[in-house]
Amino acid sequence: MTPRQPARSLSRATVASSRDAVRLELLESYLIHQDDVARCAQSSLEWLARHAGVRRSICLIVDRDPGTLMGVAGYGVPAEDVDLFAWPLADPRDPLVAALSASGNVAIRPARANGEVGRTSAGAPLGAGPFTAIPLRGARERQEGALGLLLLRQAAPVSPDITWLATVLGQKLDQILGRGSLSEEVRKLRRERSLLFTIINSVTDPIIVTDQTGETVLMNAPAEELFTVPSQQEESAERSVQANDAHFSSFISGMLLGETGPGEIRRGEIGLVNPTTSELIPVEAIAGKVLTESGELTAVVTILHDRREALERARLYEQLKLASDGLQARVHAAATELATQNELLRRQAIELEQASRLKSQFLANMSHEFRTPLNAILGYTHMLLNGVAGDRTAAAKRQLQRIDSNGRHLLTIINEILDITRIEAGKMPIQLSAFNVNDVVPEVMAELDPVISRSKLSVAPRLAPDGPLVHSDRQKVKQIVVNLLSNALKFTHQGGIEIAVQYDAPPGTVSISVSDTGIGIAPEHHERIFEDFRQVDDSPSRQYGGTGLGLAICGRLATALGGRITLGSNLGQGSTFTLTIPVDAPQ
Amino acid sequence: MTSEPAPLILVVDDYADAREMYAEYLRFCGFRVAEARNGNEALEQTFALKPDLILMDLSLPGMDGWEATRQLKADERTRHIPVVALTGHALAGASEGAKKAGCDSFVTKPCLPDDLVVEVRRMLSLTKPT
Repeated sequence: MTPRQPARSLSRATVASSRDAVRLELLESYLIHQDDVARCAQSSLEWLARHAGVRRSICLIVDRDPGTLMGVAGYGVPAEDVDLFAWPLADPRDPLVAALSASGNVAIRPARANGEVGRTSAGAPLGAGPFTAIPLRGARERQEGALGLLLLRQAAPVSPDITWLATVLGQKLDQILGRGSLSEEVRKLRRERSLLFTIINSVTDPIIVTDQTGETVLMNAPAEELFTVPSQQEESAERSVQANDAHFSSFISGMLLGETGPGEIRRGEIGLVNPTTSELIPVEAIAGKVLTESGELTAVVTILHDRREALERARLYEQLKLASDGLQARVHAAATELATQNELLRRQAIELEQASRLKSQFLANMSHEFRTPLNAILGYTHMLLNGVAGDRTAAAKRQLQRIDSNGRHLLTIINEILDITRIEAGKMPIQLSAFNVNDVVPEVMAELDPVISRSKLSVAPRLAPDGPLVHSDRQKVKQIVVNLLSNALKFTHQGGIEIAVQYDAPPGTVSISVSDTGIGIAPEHHERIFEDFRQVDDSPSRQYGGTGLGLAICGRLATALGGRITLGSNLGQGSTFTLTIPVDAPQ
Repeated sequence: MTSEPAPLILVVDDYADAREMYAEYLRFCGFRVAEARNGNEALEQTFALKPDLILMDLSLPGMDGWEATRQLKADERTRHIPVVALTGHALAGASEGAKKAGCDSFVTKPCLPDDLVVEVRRMLSLTKPT
């Protein structure tokens, strides 16, 4: 029972009702000129909604051929559900089937727990009950009962206006159906609508069609996910749907009330929530008005475009831009730093070069300054020894020879220092020529012949067969071997020395090794003996003379020739120094 | 000794000990010797005495040995006289510079008097036929 209404309201309702009666007449006159079942039905349902307060309704027509009740129009019901509605007439106990044979309006209570009536594969078009089923009849009585039903989501009883409308509609439909085949007409309609659904359902963006009052008349599957409560019916999901509805309604009312002209579209951003996942979905709503031929607003079509991807892209772009800017700044800073460092290095290089040049110049000058007096010392010593000023006693000659040998030693030191200076200053040009390495050995031995014969050691050359021909600096190779041999002679007291030449085809190198049976070198000293001014024994009381520059010079010369000097030795077991150079020296 | 006088060697060196040493040893070895202390004196002596060979130290005060040699080699009258450059500069390029200036031979100090005499004799024997 509806609650009792106050008298004032009643009188107002009566006024409204009389105005509605006029409108019902208008509808009648409209229907008279229509001969389309679906349009007649749709107009009637809209009238019911607007003037009789029936917010959800559906019009069903009996299709005798397959024996089903088919939906032809709906209001407040997804259009898809209307079109897919096909209820079998097989079971006479079914409330809908029974209603067809009833003489008057039939109240239908929810038969099942979930309250669905006329369940179809698309779901319940009207949702939970209660319902009122009004049979639609023609002017002539028919054996088979009503030709269809008006199914209202409203409790019985219904107003006389509604009953009257059902009568008018029934007669009109009977009239139309009497002329032609319902099946044909409805099926054609269904085909068209089915195509429309296929199309809008294939769009991934939610699409919602609302009528001029803002009521939803059609939505595609993606929209349903947002605006219908999923079957689990969680509370949060319901709240989400309500919130979505509210947001969307306010957008639509803005559209309906706003000054959007025909053909114009309205854009807006709406924050929706996915009811299933509770995920926030910012969407851009794009709405356009659908007008009738006469320019009357009949529907609003809204597409909701998920902005998450665009927003994510924008965010990523922003991050990327930030990172890129940062990188650019760092590259710039690094480049500036590099330029500064380069400038610094350049200046240092110039300074170093200047310093190096000054050092070389200084040493060259020093060398000159040393040579001048040494020249006189050695020269006069020699003249005395040669008897320029008369014969000397044996003792005097011995002493003069000491002066001579020490002077020569001093000269060697000066020459070696000068060599190092030259090499470091890059003023030791490499002069390449082709020569047989075997030939170098006898030359070296000839140069050191006085020392060899004094030492009483045997020096045995072991030359390579076929005499390897190299393209290198003959003078420097000779200088190195002279140095290695004189070292061997200096540090060997008994036994012998062997000079071996070997050609190694695969790497294309030639090696000359000088092996002795001398005092040997402990492995820990192998590296330092190649350093400047170093001997194994650096002490002032050392037993062996020399500047300690010989091997340092040899090492540098070997490098300049693209080769190296290696050492194999152990304390007390002799030493083998090997010069290895490429057959073709680098330019 | 033959009727031909011994070759005259002009020793140019600003360092007296060296100059006199070579002069003394050359005389000891039978040469006639004249001395000069710098480039200018070297030119004067050369034009005046027409020596058979000049021992030219290159680093000299005033006009140096390179310049003196260039002038002597540019002059018709003295061009034929062999110049043996004598220097304590052992850096690479020193001998090249001396050759460029027109020196016929190059000896590095220290040079023992014996070795110097060997070089003087060698140079004289080369120029004698002309």
